Parts: sequence; C-alpha cells; structure tokens
Amino acid sequence: MSFLNKNVSETQIRLKNRLWLYIFSFITLFLLIVPSLVVIPMSFSASQYLEFPPQEWSLRWYENYFFSWKVENGFNDWMAATWTSIKVAVLTIFVAVPIGTMAAYGLVNSSSRTSKILFPIFISPMMVPIILVAIGLFYFFVQFKLVGSVLGLVIGHSLVALPLVLIIVFSALKNYDMNQEKVARSLGAGRFRAFREITLPQIKFSIISASLIAFLTSFDEIIISLFVAGGDNSTITRSMFLALRDQIDPTIAAISTILIIISSGLLIIVQLLGNNKDQH
Amino acid sequence: MSATSDHLNQDGLKKLAARENLTFLGLTLPYLLMVAFLIVIPVGWLFYLSFIGRDGTFSFENYERMITSRSYMRIFITTFKISILTTIICTLIGYPLAYFMSQLSRKWANICMVGVLIPFWTSLLVRTYAWLVLLQKKGLLNNIALDLGLISEPIKIVHNTTGTLIGMVHIMLPFLILPLYANMRAIDKDCLKAASSLGATPTRAFWTVFFPLSLPGLFAGLLIVFVLCLGFYVTPAILGGGRVIMAAMKISSNIELYFSWGAASALGVVLLVVTAIILYIASKLVSLDQFGNK
Repeated sequence: MSFLNKNVSETQIRLKNRLWLYIFSFITLFLLIVPSLVVIPMSFSASQYLEFPPQEWSLRWYENYFFSWKVENGFNDWMAATWTSIKVAVLTIFVAVPIGTMAAYGLVNSSSRTSKILFPIFISPMMVPIILVAIGLFYFFVQFKLVGSVLGLVIGHSLVALPLVLIIVFSALKNYDMNQEKVARSLGAGRFRAFREITLPQIKFSIISASLIAFLTSFDEIIISLFVAGGDNSTITRSMFLALRDQIDPTIAAISTILIIISSGLLIIVQLLGNNKDQH
Repeated sequence: MSATSDHLNQDGLKKLAARENLTFLGLTLPYLLMVAFLIVIPVGWLFYLSFIGRDGTFSFENYERMITSRSYMRIFITTFKISILTTIICTLIGYPLAYFMSQLSRKWANICMVGVLIPFWTSLLVRTYAWLVLLQKKGLLNNIALDLGLISEPIKIVHNTTGTLIGMVHIMLPFLILPLYANMRAIDKDCLKAASSLGATPTRAFWTVFFPLSLPGLFAGLLIVFVLCLGFYVTPAILGGGRVIMAAMKISSNIELYFSWGAASALGVVLLVVTAIILYIASKLVSLDQFGNK
C-alpha cells in the first residue's frame, strides 16, 4: 500500500492522512447530486404509490401532465400553469435585464461614494425575507387589481431577478475598459450608439447569462406566486406546491423530471458561456 | 484674456461632468423606482399595519401577543432552533468539502463545483419533493435500512423536524460552500509551506494558519445560510407535515386563513429586524465587496 504514503500537498501530508477527507467529500458530493435524480425513475413508474424501484414502467404520468388541459378542473390544469410560467419567465427577462443592465451601467460609471450608497439598496430584494416582499406586493396589488394577473407576476418576479442581473452585468462592466466608449464618442458617436456598438458586443455573454438566470429565477419562484398568482393564472411551481401539500401525486415526479432537464440544460449553457468569457 | 478663457473652460467642463453624473444616475432610476414602490413602500405599509390593533386604532397589541402568547413563543423557538441546527450541520459538512475542493487543481475543483452548482440550480420544490419521496415510510431510505436489517419496521423520518432539517441542509449547503471555497482558494499556499518549514505538523499548520485565514469566508457563508433559513417557507411546509411551523409559515397563514394583517405584519417586522441586525453584523465582519463585485 505504498500509494498511501504519497504526498498530497506541499506540506508533507500523506494520502493516508487525507483519506477520510476524500471519502467524506465524495459522499457529500454524491448526496448533493443524487437525491434530486430519484424523481426521474419515479416519473416512469406505473404505480400510483411512490415505490422504489418501480415495479412496472409507464408513461401515464407524462400523459397526465401533457393532456391535463382536457380535464375540466382548474386545480390540476398543469398545461395552463406551464404556459403561464413560460410567459411570465420570458416577460421577466424583458423587464429585469434592461432595467438591471441600465442600473449596472450607471453604477459602474458613478463615483464610488454614490455606488456605495446605491449598491445595498439594489440588492435589498435579495436581503428582505421573501415572504415579506410577497405579502407587501399582495397588499399593493390588491389596490391596483393586479392580483391574479400576468403583469403582477412579471413585476414580482422581475424584482427578485433584478439583483442577480445587476451583479452579473456589474461585474462584467467592472472588467471592461470604459475608455473604449470615450474613444467612440470622441470620434462622433452618440452615447447610446457608443454603448450599442462598442460596449454591448463585448458584454453580450454576460447579458445572455443574466437573461437565462432571470428566466430560471422566475420559473422557479414559488412564494411570490403563491400570493400574487391565482384564478386562471397559476404558475407551475405554485400548482405543484399546492398539490404537494395535499397528496403525493406522481404527476409531480414527471413535471420535476422535466424541470431538472430544463434547469441543467440552462446551467450547462451558462457554464459554457462562462468559459467563452467576454473578451475585454 | 487667456486666464478667463481657461476659467470658462473649466467651468464648462465641470458642468459637463455634473450632467454626465446626472445621466448615469438617471439610468439607475427605473431600478430605484421599482425598489421604492415594490419594497420600501409595501414594507413601510406593513410596518404601519403592525401597530394597528383589531379596533383600528394605534396599539401595541400585535407585539404584545407575540410576547404573551405561547404559540408565538413556540414559533420563534422552532424558527431559531431549525435555523441554528441547519447552520451548524451545513458548517460541519460544508467546511471539509470546501477544504477538499480548495486543495484540488483548478480543473478537478471545477468538476466538483458542478456537483455543488447542480443542486443550486435545480428547483427548490423538486429537491424538496425528492426528499419527500426518499424519506417517506415506504421510501427508498426505509427500504434499504429494512433490507440491511438495521431497523425492524419503517421509521418516521419525514413530516417532522428530522425531515425538515435534512431537506434544508441539502438546499443550504451550496450557499455555505460558494463563499467559503472562494475564500480558501485565495489563501496563499506559501503561508502553509512557511509554517511547515518552521516545524509545524500539518495539523498544527492547519489550525494556526489555514483555519484563521478561512474565517471570513466561513462567517460570510454561515450568516447567509442563517438569514435564509429564518425566512424559509416551502421546505418546512412540505417536509414538516404541519408539525414544524416557522415564522414565514405563520405570516402566510395569518393572511391566507385569518386575514389578520396586523399579526402577520408584526411578525414580519420582527423577522426583518432580526435579519437586518445579522446582515449589519455581517457587513462589519466581512467586507461585502468580497462577493465578486470589485
């Protein structure tokens, strides 16, 4: 067992001293990744009960999900809820990304004193407990008849997505040399044109990442949706949460599988964009 | 002549700079308005509501009830107990993992990082549901334990505090590991080499050199986890099975079931104040600039 005596760091720690750390770390990583994946085999089970491993296989829960609009029952109208979620998530990108990018641009260019005051205000939607934001919005939306509307959901989700967009675009702009824009303007380009033709192409990967993260944030959001959504406009996560409180419906395993595929797909894209870093 | 034109020139430049600054501030305006209208005003309104009694006049009854009522006391205790336990367990599991990752080459560390990020981006609801499936009476965990003969009949590990803790630790772990790992990566390895060249054993070098240097990252992660736990709603609602009631759940049921805005607001204000105090302490301990922005 001579390999156990191999040095694993520059300070004479041998592999056998570290072995427990390696084993512990592998178990932890395993426990981080694998439990979520258990829903995938469950979703193909034929049984109503959640037995593992499934005795028989079927696609009935997927059928249940994809053809749920046939059921005359608002509560389990998964397809309608999915469409609302997608609609709201896409609209959230169009609200949060421009507003967040504008603020990041303003913040990068303003004095350090101003940005020191503004930064905590900007990340406040992340700091205030989300339940408080949710009931605050609910109270506010009741006055403007926005409860149960797509617009209300988009506003609420944009609020949660904004700090993430800001942080991503802000750190991209921090590493970008703003003098390039000054050069363009000294050559006669207007401020907006300088931004669009010089800066934007160089931070586009960060903007795309921010968009995907805004989409995912909205798509996964539950608590604001619980209060603000309603009537014909339930979101998919809200319907899942309400169904989970009452019973363990295997349809949720099917939807969960689809959600895992969507989020890991988006994560891979974001990671690839990260490797493809914006060139400064 | 030339002195006056210089003067005028400078004046003009100053004005331009001022206008420039104003434009940049203007760009942040939509964001500021959203925060003002959707966070500051609604939360301020809740603050006001928390001081309105049942008869519609100014009173402290919502706060008095929290101190005198047993059920509120129990909710505070549950909320803090779950949050503290989750934070401790996350630290015990997360610190060794972050340390392990910080010792690997960049390439391998990035591969492990994917393992941390996958759950981070998987829907919270999906992960909570997966634990419900795993931990239930006829679930995978019970079945394995039965097959191995560890237990003679299924044990109850969900719809109680244990289940809630398992789910919350799983969800919170990435929040602890990300800042901690970033901090550990930044520790100069030469410090450890210096310690060992001066005769420190690896254990001693770790505790006297590495561990103190990793404390800022640990505190940052710990406080983030604790603050997030305080406001947790979805996981305890599903994995707690109605037996674990945390502050956020009480706020929600006060409104959904009892339409009792005063009571909900007062609880919300307490939650907000506790969160603000912790974040203030955090900002004093760790410079917030660390979080990848500067």
